[in-house]
Amino acid sequence: MAVVEQNRSPAPTLWIERVPSGWWALALVLLTMPAWANEFFLFQVMGWTFILGIIALSLMFLAGYGGMVSLIQMSVAAMAGYMVAIFGNSGVEQISVGLPWWLYIPIAIAIAAIFGTIVGALAVRTEGIYTIMITLAIAAAFFYFTRQNYTIFNGYSGFNLVVPPQLFGIDWRQPTAFYYLTLGCAAICYAVVVYVSRAPFGLALQGVRDNPRRMAALGFNITAHRVAAYTFASVIAAIGGILLVWQNAQIAPGTAGIPAVIDILVIAVVGGVARPIGPFIGALIYVLLRTFSPDVLLAFGLSGERFKLMIGVGFLVIVFFSPDGVLGLWKRWRARRETVRDPLTGDAR
Amino acid sequence: MQGFVRRNPILALLIALVAAVLLWLVFAPWSAEMESALGRKRVFLNAIFGGITLGALYFLVASGFTLIFGLMRNVNLAHGSLYLLGGYLGFEVSEATGSWLLAFPVVFIAVAIVGLVLQNQVFRRMEGEELRQTMVTIGLSVVIADILLWIWGGQSYTIYSPDWLSGPMDLPVISSVRETGEVVYLKYPAVRMAILFAAIVVGVAMWLVLNRTRLGMLIRAGVDDREMLAASGVRIQYVFLAVFGFGAGLAGMAGIVGGTFQSLSPGEDTRFLLASLVVVIVGGMGSIPGAAIGALVIGLSEQLGLVYAPTYSVVFTFLIMAAVLAFRPQGLLGEQR
Repeated sequence: MAVVEQNRSPAPTLWIERVPSGWWALALVLLTMPAWANEFFLFQVMGWTFILGIIALSLMFLAGYGGMVSLIQMSVAAMAGYMVAIFGNSGVEQISVGLPWWLYIPIAIAIAAIFGTIVGALAVRTEGIYTIMITLAIAAAFFYFTRQNYTIFNGYSGFNLVVPPQLFGIDWRQPTAFYYLTLGCAAICYAVVVYVSRAPFGLALQGVRDNPRRMAALGFNITAHRVAAYTFASVIAAIGGILLVWQNAQIAPGTAGIPAVIDILVIAVVGGVARPIGPFIGALIYVLLRTFSPDVLLAFGLSGERFKLMIGVGFLVIVFFSPDGVLGLWKRWRARRETVRDPLTGDAR
Repeated sequence: MQGFVRRNPILALLIALVAAVLLWLVFAPWSAEMESALGRKRVFLNAIFGGITLGALYFLVASGFTLIFGLMRNVNLAHGSLYLLGGYLGFEVSEATGSWLLAFPVVFIAVAIVGLVLQNQVFRRMEGEELRQTMVTIGLSVVIADILLWIWGGQSYTIYSPDWLSGPMDLPVISSVRETGEVVYLKYPAVRMAILFAAIVVGVAMWLVLNRTRLGMLIRAGVDDREMLAASGVRIQYVFLAVFGFGAGLAGMAGIVGGTFQSLSPGEDTRFLLASLVVVIVGGMGSIPGAAIGALVIGLSEQLGLVYAPTYSVVFTFLIMAAVLAFRPQGLLGEQR
């Protein structure tokens, strides 16, 4: 393939030159952010955005490329977080094993992936709305189980003092370091999802989404592809979960409670599940609303506790008027502008 | 029934055996060895009856859910919010008028109107788009939950049952036999028996309406083939409205029932939404008898689990669901579509 392409285009452009300029601007803004943003913004707003974006990205992968809306992603992330607390160090010394970081991170990701795969194997037996219900019910079961189980999950109180390891002499929970850590993880996850979506596996998965019978007739194992999609999404969610537990320095059953599970769905849907950048946009909107809406509400003389109402109404409006989220709104706006430009001839003016 | 026995003789025998053992456990007096092995009979009986009444409550909530889903393929994830709304309204009505019974018709009508608005303004605009309906109803449930929290606050409410239903009543079930040979019968709260009775009446009435009347015929025809029914001149939107209003009203009345023998607080909406989801998944989507069986199974497992394995009782429910899904994805009484 590569040889053929080189023959056709004698002066091949470097891949760097093909990146749109908007991405360069975004990368510049993100990379220089610690220079001009304050620590609260770096750690709380941007860090949280990237983490929620990663978890919602795993849902986006399943929903957008696999056609399976899974509400289990937050539980998978919390499972990874719990495993970090259990196999690593935490304030609950009688449970935590205290393994080194290069051991407990792979263990946590592996266990979360196994958990997600088992749930996925159950969930792929169903379709559409049933998948939502079943994953929602399993997520609820996970929440109740972690709340009741004291021997492994330490019940109601969960684990506290779960901090990232001191690597290369840097405290990774310092705002700037944590910002770059989450930014790096988010960028890697984003790139991997984009890559997989164009790789044979991702293309086959999108084929399964569009027409499972035809894919089966072509010899693809539909169930295996769907379960594998769950495994892949679980790994991504697990990375988000580990970062989440490090950011909060604690994990408790409420981390994966029903509201949190729904929030991930809200984020993915508001951002748009058609493209991998959607979840990050949704996460940014959600975090900004969550962080600043109490102030805004107070400024309008309303009680600051009503931020959930704002988020719910915003979600409702977006789902009602644009099923494919903010990205869909943007795309439609651009399409309309283009049609407005050429009303008669069809040419761009 | 006969067809089921003929097709699965071993399974039918097993179910009959389990039922017989359960009945014997309920009605026969327990010997001393059994009490030492299984604990006191009174505890067991209380768990059984608690499970059945909880199942009755679940049935009231879930039957509306399953009816709506079966007919319209509408996934109403705001069903739990309707339950909680009905409970709060019932509390206000019974506090204001002092009449527990009056709360039922008032709440039924009020919540049914909410349901009609939902069906007419929300679901009709996105017919057939299941995922969008799910998202919209999730959004609605978030909004409604926060509005309810705004109005009624975070504390929990209990609706007081009327005097003629408070206090215990004797059931014709032997609780224990004293050494003197005197037989002690089980005492059980009268209001719970009334709720159980009401749920059975509602269930039987629904079954009769569905299977014996013209309206029921329309609904069943709509479940089987909506387009054909509409093509033959039935104004199917009216049928839809009627069913949605009825299902919503039933959820609201269940809110009063739940507020009477448990309590109302924020978070109960998701709890009952999950319960109806599990009940409907176990029983089979769109089937009223399925909802009854599912509700009974879930209620019993929850209460028995609470007594004999208190730590993980909540998890049992979901284990049952996972087992049903693994072996019979369409639910116990569901039909493969």
